[in-house]
Amino acid sequence: MEVSKEEILHIAKLADLEIEEKEIEDYIINLEEILNFANIVNNAPVEELDITVGSKEEVNVFRKDEIKIFKDNKSLLQNAPSQDQNMFKIPKVIQ
Amino acid sequence: MEVTELTVHELQEKIKNKELTITQITNSYIERIKEKEKDVQAFVTVIDNDAKKQASELEEKATKGEIKGEYIGIPIGIKDNICTKGIKTTCSSKMLENFISPYDATVMEKINQENMINLGKLNMDEFAMGGSTEYSYFKKTRNPWNLNKVPGGSSGGSAAAVAANMVPWALGSDTGGSIREPASFCGVVGLKPTYGLVSRYGVVAFASSLDQIGPITKDVTDSAMLLNIIAGHDEKDTTSSNREKVDYTKCLKNDVKGLKIGVPKEFFGEGINQEVKEALENAIETYKKLGAEIEEFSLDIAKYSLASYYIIACAEASSNLGRFDGIRYGYRTPEFSNLKELYKKSRSEGFGAEVKRRIILGTYVLSSGYYDAYYKKAQQVRTLVINEFNKGFEKYDIILTPTSPTVAFDIGSKSSNPLEMYLADICTVSVNIAGLPGISIPCGIDKQGMPIGMQLIGNRFCEEKILNAAYTFEQEIKFREKYKPEFK
Repeated sequence: MEVSKEEILHIAKLADLEIEEKEIEDYIINLEEILNFANIVNNAPVEELDITVGSKEEVNVFRKDEIKIFKDNKSLLQNAPSQDQNMFKIPKVIQ
Repeated sequence: MEVTELTVHELQEKIKNKELTITQITNSYIERIKEKEKDVQAFVTVIDNDAKKQASELEEKATKGEIKGEYIGIPIGIKDNICTKGIKTTCSSKMLENFISPYDATVMEKINQENMINLGKLNMDEFAMGGSTEYSYFKKTRNPWNLNKVPGGSSGGSAAAVAANMVPWALGSDTGGSIREPASFCGVVGLKPTYGLVSRYGVVAFASSLDQIGPITKDVTDSAMLLNIIAGHDEKDTTSSNREKVDYTKCLKNDVKGLKIGVPKEFFGEGINQEVKEALENAIETYKKLGAEIEEFSLDIAKYSLASYYIIACAEASSNLGRFDGIRYGYRTPEFSNLKELYKKSRSEGFGAEVKRRIILGTYVLSSGYYDAYYKKAQQVRTLVINEFNKGFEKYDIILTPTSPTVAFDIGSKSSNPLEMYLADICTVSVNIAGLPGISIPCGIDKQGMPIGMQLIGNRFCEEKILNAAYTFEQEIKFREKYKPEFK
């Protein structure tokens, strides 16, 4: 399994991560090694099998969708790196 | 015997007989943490003064009869990916270095309802990604049995703190072995419950279809007790089962006569350390002597499981960790010129190398062109693994394997080779892939004096069977009476 520099940069872009030029080679080596190992799944005897997303039994236990108000805005906002007047502050979106 | 050497059920006896008070117990632990933390480095946050205050308040209320319960004033340590209201929850990451949860995880609500005392938040691999606790942003936890060795991971702080008697018991989380492997490396008991038995609400998500919270304890009785406290349906987690509650202490019968134990030969083959193998063979002999029926069988899924695990876990992680963007909580880069740059730089500077590696791998296997070859195949392998286990459980009550192919390894020996680190999970991941319960208990030590762990796997929601089998073995070999960590 070969991974190119362009592919790594493309994937990093999709994942919103910046990879420095000097790190690219390491990422390629690690990813290739792990993918080669992960390729074992392609030898597994699974042709006839369905996929399983989660555990099989009791996948979802539903409840009524009732609104509950979380009143402690202060404790929610205490973790915001930047805030103003009870709101999250972000850089300008529309330039 | 020192107070901190006692199990929780022994502490309960001493409180009942008025030989110990709640404040004495808490103070003993705080002293012990002060003495050992410099060697073990298990804690990200120690709660000492508040714990002392809480202990004296609880003691007063309990004396006056204002509160009742079996666990009043029993201390506990919590893995730092479980949200604790008002106390930092860092996931051992720079990303969440200053994060204070606005709410408690459901398991914490249950702990608090019992009036237990949280002594602090325990170190882990960043976002639970790792098997040695070396990938923590803050510190490397050391193994109390040998301070040059890793404690295992990702719940390494939890396992080391229990082994070092710095907490009587702790909560960990297990996505691919993160409770059982460190329990094995540190000579303590680690239980990964059936997927759905314990609410995941408030545990910082890594791989949502695999994550499960569970107890790390000194013995099996404590494990059953802590499971009693944390198990049960939670309307905030739709994957949590609404089965009727069970008292897991009632299954501890010290009797395995007629119990059918399957031993999958593939788990004892290539890559398993000879001393680990011998210890497990002795354990099998012990079970035979105790009247269990042992049979070897084929369960050729370990490598497929491991490969599919790293595909599924990384895919889910790449999605789950998308929420860390430097806006609502977590690290924000100081320098940015627009919103996109804020996201990218905050994530790149806030996450450590292993976390980024797994996000990249997860994004890769989910990306167009590779989805079918990796992610879809991995989900088919998941079906295969479930089917193979189902076949096993038609014949056997429990399945016995090593917890890890080796004992604890040297700090630094694997941290630069991700794949080698991943291979250490070979015996544990299939249990998560199939959503089964698994327990690791110590079954001996090697020539260097490092503990060896045995894993007992049960069918879904059959915790009672593995707990009783583990308990019966524990009563027979009396590991804790024979061996103690030496902090050498």
